[in-house]
Amino acid sequence: MRREIPLFITATTGVIFIIAYFIPHRPVNQIQQLFLAWLYIIAAFAIILGVLNLLLVNGDKIYKQSKGWGYSVIIILSFLVMAGIGTFNLGGRATSPLEEGTSFMWLFYNVYYPLSSTVFALLAFFVASASFRAFRARNKEAALLLVAAFFVMLGRVPIGNYLTSWIPLKWLQLSTIANWIMAYPNMAAQRAIMIGIALGIISTSLRLILGIEKSYLGGE
Amino acid sequence: MLIKSLERRRDRLRWRVTSITVAFVFSLALGGRAHAGTPQDTLPPAPPTGLIAFDTPNDAGGSITLRWIKSPDDGAGAEDVKGYQILRAERREGPYKVIARLPAGAVRYEDATTKDGVTYYYKVSASDGVNSSESPPGQAVRSKAQWFNFKRLNMLIAGIILSLGIIYFISKARKGEELYIRKIAGLDAVKEAVGRATEMGRKVFFIPGILDLDDVQTIAGLSILGQVARLTAEYGTELEVPVCRSVVMVTGRETVKEAYLDSGHPDAYNDEIVHYMTDDQFGYAAGVDGLMLREKPAAIFYQGAFYAESLILAETGFSVGAIQIAGTAMPSQLPFFITACDYTLIGEELFAASAYLSREPRALGSIKGQDLGKAIILIILGLGVILETLGITSFSQLFTTQ
Amino acid sequence: MGFFQRMMVLDRRIVFVLIAVAVVTPLFIPFRLKMHPTPASRGLYDSVRRLPRGSTVIISGEYDPGTAPEIQPMMIGALKQCFRKGLKVILMGLWPQGPALEEQALQEVFQEREFKEMGLRYGQDYVNLGFKSGGGAVIQSMGTSIPVAFPTDMTGTPLGKLPLMEGVHNLSDVAFVLDFSAGDPGTPAWVMFAHDRFHVPMAAGCTAVSAPMLYPYLQTKQLSGLLGGLKGAADYEWLTKSPGKGMQYLPSQSVAHLVIVIFIILGNIAFFVTKRKGER
Repeated sequence: MRREIPLFITATTGVIFIIAYFIPHRPVNQIQQLFLAWLYIIAAFAIILGVLNLLLVNGDKIYKQSKGWGYSVIIILSFLVMAGIGTFNLGGRATSPLEEGTSFMWLFYNVYYPLSSTVFALLAFFVASASFRAFRARNKEAALLLVAAFFVMLGRVPIGNYLTSWIPLKWLQLSTIANWIMAYPNMAAQRAIMIGIALGIISTSLRLILGIEKSYLGGE
Repeated sequence: MLIKSLERRRDRLRWRVTSITVAFVFSLALGGRAHAGTPQDTLPPAPPTGLIAFDTPNDAGGSITLRWIKSPDDGAGAEDVKGYQILRAERREGPYKVIARLPAGAVRYEDATTKDGVTYYYKVSASDGVNSSESPPGQAVRSKAQWFNFKRLNMLIAGIILSLGIIYFISKARKGEELYIRKIAGLDAVKEAVGRATEMGRKVFFIPGILDLDDVQTIAGLSILGQVARLTAEYGTELEVPVCRSVVMVTGRETVKEAYLDSGHPDAYNDEIVHYMTDDQFGYAAGVDGLMLREKPAAIFYQGAFYAESLILAETGFSVGAIQIAGTAMPSQLPFFITACDYTLIGEELFAASAYLSREPRALGSIKGQDLGKAIILIILGLGVILETLGITSFSQLFTTQ
Repeated sequence: MGFFQRMMVLDRRIVFVLIAVAVVTPLFIPFRLKMHPTPASRGLYDSVRRLPRGSTVIISGEYDPGTAPEIQPMMIGALKQCFRKGLKVILMGLWPQGPALEEQALQEVFQEREFKEMGLRYGQDYVNLGFKSGGGAVIQSMGTSIPVAFPTDMTGTPLGKLPLMEGVHNLSDVAFVLDFSAGDPGTPAWVMFAHDRFHVPMAAGCTAVSAPMLYPYLQTKQLSGLLGGLKGAADYEWLTKSPGKGMQYLPSQSVAHLVIVIFIILGNIAFFVTKRKGER
């Protein structure tokens, strides 16, 4: 029964959702909203599990002084500071910690915001090193990728226009070629990948509904 | 004498210039006043015509759609229509209330504030900002919900054909028929990757994406995790699975525990293999990067849904010298994984992975069915391109949906 | 080890340093390059330009601090163009951080004299409905009734008390939707519901990484315009004649792209030279 009940729930829910897609009449059309609401509630409570796990794992690392336990101290301290200030609305007289001028929002703008942007900014460096390493014309496909990258990278910034604006034939200019690559081959490839993905999702979903795919229950 | 005469002439000239100037200015003012004094436009624009009101089809009720022919003075004729007002009443004789204001050029409106079963009457009035004229009331109309959305009939037919195809191949597989699936290099390399980690005495990292269990990619990723966990259990390699969502942590633990049990190594399992980091995208990326730099895994799997953190993770993984096998159905992240990883499963290959690795006949059958669907789509695409090129657009209209 | 052999095994930290120099230098030695907006960027600008004065526009923000450098200039540009045109603006977000970043954008716009002097009032000329979770379900709900999806605005004021919302019951009463998004839920959900279901014309702005995925919507005219990444933001600033961070930072991006391309060329030359030497 440990397997059968979840499989039955999965199959029934899957079929209901498929039917609901085609039936706009109440109450069928409201089922998706209802299930989504349940999902959000469950996910919200599940965060407690995750947080407990985070504290336990890192607490254990600090206790045993395992490799990198200093980072665990930072994790736990940061969590306590942010959660404490947010939950108890410490600092400021606002009614909600999300209002401007509160300590929580100060932390958001001055700690979280720069940290998040910094990690995202790493992409700029990593794109450069990855491009340098990977864009080698080892074979025909790699050469095609390289040529397309060359046109798009230069054509999408003003420097591309600056380098080729003297060419009288507009279609030979970098920006025109870049726009063409984005609007035609890129779009065709994106569509093809999306069609393949959609078919893959249908197939996987059908396997889940029919109970062929049981990995999410733990094993086969 | 002459000088005096010239002086008199100069003065007369000066006076003439001044008087002409004053007269000119005065006439301008008079002209403006004259303009302001012209009687204002008291004529309303011509009313819109041909108003039809009908229950909005294929919906859940509570909506009535209006269509009308715009006023002849809208963009033509007197060209003074500034907008339209939609008026509604529950009796033909009124009273009518304005429920919406639309800009000039509008010929359609959907009133989504109706109550099902209540009879409504509508009028549309064209306004020039001062005066307006109304169309005659439309016919009585009631909104109601429909039991089937006919705009999605084509999706239903496509879904049934595809599902039947998948079920057909599944039944063939169950009967024992060998089904050919092409080689997927990334999946063939899974054993090699885990073997490499075992030889080097380093960990295997598995990252199941950053979305929750409601995303099919996460489920696909977890099914691959089961296969990888089986291998790490057999080879005695350490596995670490940092996750971004709590529910994924719980499910991941079940998956890994079951895999260790199935492979006969239940003692090697511990709950810390799958652990939660944070829900935040870049916090997760930073945390996993830190783990990679400290633990220096020899093999890293990225299987699931990823966003901008994909390259941050993959480049860090490359820097520690790990063999990396990625798989995602996020088209925007595929180029990053292809550039930075040794193997990449593109889109549907991620969904085929669990079937490919387990070689379970029914799962393989579903992949064949998927391929049948793709073959049908290719034929339709080819046909559509030819017909569109010939100017026949009715075929492509069959495939629009809402 | 020859130069090309060294290139093949170049420490990536050297690449990082050169990229850092490429990005930082134009900030200290600024230069302007001639702008050539893409047709996609022009599409968005022209769509807003053609809206009649007094029309209601929804601007939705689905981005966070990480993606704000690309998208915030677009948001600021959109607010400026809408306010100049006398459009009524309804701000909202399907991501939690979106409305907060929109508020920041508003503060930045109102620091300029031009907009201070307009005397724009909250509730009358613009409102911020805040964040609502649910993605496509929220948009679908707005298609039927905006007050049901958002009973109050971000400050807790019931929508009925806001003069701007009078006569704006659902998406049919909205003239245009501008969606600035960095991921999911985002533009595809707006296209699916607001445009396809409720026929509201719309345009979008997104990060450079997401732009290729949204091009199909441009081709099918489900989007009348698209701003992609910092280039799109700079295009928009140039078109609206409001230079801002987009145009300020684009030279850095241009130089960085050029440096990457030079590295790629050098890397390939090194690859072929060492390959030939190896074959000999």
